[in-house]
Amino acid sequence: MNAITATAERPNFLTAEHGLKSWLLTLDHKRVAILYLISVSCYFLLGGIFAMLVRIELMTPAGDLMLPDTYNRVFTGHGVTMVFFFLIPAIPGILGNFLIPLMIGAKDVAFPRLNLASWYLYMTGGSLMLLGTLNGGVDTGWTFYPPYSSSYTTTNVLIVGIGVFINGFSSILTGLNFMVTIHRMRCPGMTWFRLPLFIWGHYATSLMMVLGTPVIAITLLLLVMERLFHLGIFDPAKGGDPILFQHLFWFYSHPAVYIMILPSMAVISELVACFSRKRIFGYHFVAFASIGIAVLGFVVWGHHLYVSGQSVYAGTIFSLLTMLVAIPSAVKVFNWSMTLYQGSVSLETPMLYALGFIGLFTIGGLTGVFLGTLGFDVHVHDTYFVVAHFHYVMVGGTIMGYLGGLHFWWPKITGRCYPEFWAKISALLVFVGFNLTFFPQFLLGYMGMPRRYHAYPPEFQVLNILSTAGASVLAVGFVLPTIYFLWSLKSGRPAGNNPWGARGLEWETSSPPPTQNFDSTPSVSREPYDYFEAAEEAAGRATPPAHSH
Amino acid sequence: MNFKLPFVPEQASAAASEVDNLTFFLVGMSTFFTVLIAAMIIFFAIKYRRKSADGVGSSFENSPLLEITWTVIPLLVALFTFAWGLKVFFRLYRPPANAVEYQVTGKQWMWKIQHPTGQREINELHVPIGQPTRLVMTSEDVIHSFFVPAFRVKADVLPGRFTSLWFLPTKAGRYHLFCTEFCGTQHSGMTGWVVVQSPEEYQAWLASAPGPKAPSADGAQLFAQYACNTCHKPGPGGRGPILHGIFGTEVALADGGTVKVDDAYLRESILMPSARIVQGYEPIMPAFQGQISEEAMQQLIEYIKNPPPADAATAGTTPASRGNSR
Repeated sequence: MNAITATAERPNFLTAEHGLKSWLLTLDHKRVAILYLISVSCYFLLGGIFAMLVRIELMTPAGDLMLPDTYNRVFTGHGVTMVFFFLIPAIPGILGNFLIPLMIGAKDVAFPRLNLASWYLYMTGGSLMLLGTLNGGVDTGWTFYPPYSSSYTTTNVLIVGIGVFINGFSSILTGLNFMVTIHRMRCPGMTWFRLPLFIWGHYATSLMMVLGTPVIAITLLLLVMERLFHLGIFDPAKGGDPILFQHLFWFYSHPAVYIMILPSMAVISELVACFSRKRIFGYHFVAFASIGIAVLGFVVWGHHLYVSGQSVYAGTIFSLLTMLVAIPSAVKVFNWSMTLYQGSVSLETPMLYALGFIGLFTIGGLTGVFLGTLGFDVHVHDTYFVVAHFHYVMVGGTIMGYLGGLHFWWPKITGRCYPEFWAKISALLVFVGFNLTFFPQFLLGYMGMPRRYHAYPPEFQVLNILSTAGASVLAVGFVLPTIYFLWSLKSGRPAGNNPWGARGLEWETSSPPPTQNFDSTPSVSREPYDYFEAAEEAAGRATPPAHSH
Repeated sequence: MNFKLPFVPEQASAAASEVDNLTFFLVGMSTFFTVLIAAMIIFFAIKYRRKSADGVGSSFENSPLLEITWTVIPLLVALFTFAWGLKVFFRLYRPPANAVEYQVTGKQWMWKIQHPTGQREINELHVPIGQPTRLVMTSEDVIHSFFVPAFRVKADVLPGRFTSLWFLPTKAGRYHLFCTEFCGTQHSGMTGWVVVQSPEEYQAWLASAPGPKAPSADGAQLFAQYACNTCHKPGPGGRGPILHGIFGTEVALADGGTVKVDDAYLRESILMPSARIVQGYEPIMPAFQGQISEEAMQQLIEYIKNPPPADAATAGTTPASRGNSR
């Protein structure tokens, strides 16, 4: 199973065809991944600019940089862009698209045309959102709660809502495509329990995308109907029920949190195994924890409604279920940590991100237990405590996993290595900047500072200044990789097929891979992460297993 | 507690220290797990660092005993946390029977408050120490949320229905009141103060405050103004049920069911009378949907709950005398 040395100058997926048209009409999953990489990065930049504007405004207690209406549009823009156009599509769209066929030994995803169509849907939704933003934006918060969103605000709820609606279909189709690919396209010998955990994580994510996204689509459609045709669905003045919206919204949007975090966990499993040169501890438990999170994640939405007027008994049930969903996450964290035990650990950049992820996700997950606890949530609900918590999960979790994965597979995607020194500096800046930005927000929340406040009482200023300072460090940590990744495309050291000494089918083909991925259909004869077995075999202490079962 | 912890807001209600104790437990528990995991990672990363370029890890990759341990212990901790949180939650949302009711109406972007004795305030709420205080709240427009950090309580304030919260103030002072559900342009300006005073100071404040007329007195006027009293009265002309004394009781419905008469049922019966008709009466009452303001609704309901003594026997046709019997 050793890597076959690539013959020089063989055409790869990047050089196989030339011209804009060859990209815009590509059916190659790897090229679609690159399309996502470019577009997702643009939305990340936009969302990041919104975030910096928010942080700069909040340096002083008075609302002195922007008008209140401007501020409200900026934080809404930040939320909508980051959630729907960065966090949800980032890892599945880029790394999932690139790696799922490679990891299971397939030539492409099951439906290549549908895959390209998903990107176009994403771009259509994203363009409508941009149009709405250029036209003045939306000021409802990314949660679009009626009756404010349906009957009161005069901002661009319709166009942005329709943009998010269309983008939802991109999610649904991507999830469907991944599920069929994983079921039908595995190479000989690739049984379910020989799948890398990256695949298990994406399978669980796909399940949630396919089952959850239609609900937000319906909900946004109902909102549009109420706004456009004055149908009384959510606005009590028209005979509707605003809590109904909150139930429907969170029925999708809580699972959406797992849609964002599960792919990141999937990446972390790969990184921890590779940089410990050891099989992931408790492979089956980690795999089923993903499925457990996906299933339980659908029945906890009511914990967003503890103070909404929902019955206290409903709150009781949702709190209990929320406690249960913490368990598979804890199981994952312990198994990752235990993988290092008796491993051969090296702290290269992707591993720094992976370990950073484990630390930050632990805090994000545990503060999730705080918020699931009824008596505690009442006090901090809709305060900065919640803001800090979900940024620990979304930024500390999803973005750490995304950046770790991007660094790990960058040599495979581009055939070039990035400068390790600068990458380590950037990983450090992200970790420190992140904690400086968001840890003070836990304290602000407990002190009582509500979220979505343009101006605030002066006693909250010191912590807000710390948070803004952290955001600046974080911004540098995000700009650095952009620079050295672009630099590496021309000037990076050639990566070779397998710069990390990693196991897994994607490392057996050349970097960048050829359009058809493999020269001949690979076959698999062992469980994944077979570092130990491969070393035994190389040392002549074990015989290679028979092929194909 | 005599010392002041940093980052912990003033404890000005009976529930505050209970919430804080729960917080201390959560922080301690989380610190334990975070330190444990950080220590594991750092220790293993150093002890098992790669010593040669082709080094690999061992084949120790499974341990049912460990898996059970780190499933069962977090599960037990989580269930314990759930139970503690539940206890505090029921404490926060179950008012004692003797709680005194204040009416709160949220609108873009202010809080309108009326005392049981009739005084009105905007963006301020005066309450005496030691009085269990219940707020019955509604909104005239979008969703708001009433939050007093020093009391550790919060409840969303919705258009078209009533929500409530309660607290027992324990410490004199001026405490922040925030709106915590985004409600538009001036959301961050929809703030105010809760002023906790000694009972004597509170009485003095009441005496000096404008508009000392009980909401039920306003309600009595409205009862006549909307001509409720032409049907809801005793005697042969009484085509509707007599409402005084009905609050809190179970009544039989025309469809065979029963309903407990509470704020929500009275509200529904005013806005959409035909929804649930009381047994023995015809569905002849007109609907008041869209014709009655939230404040008027609260005053009417207050009147039905607490008729001034003079009116208690008949359905109020005379304007109420001063104050109510409380």
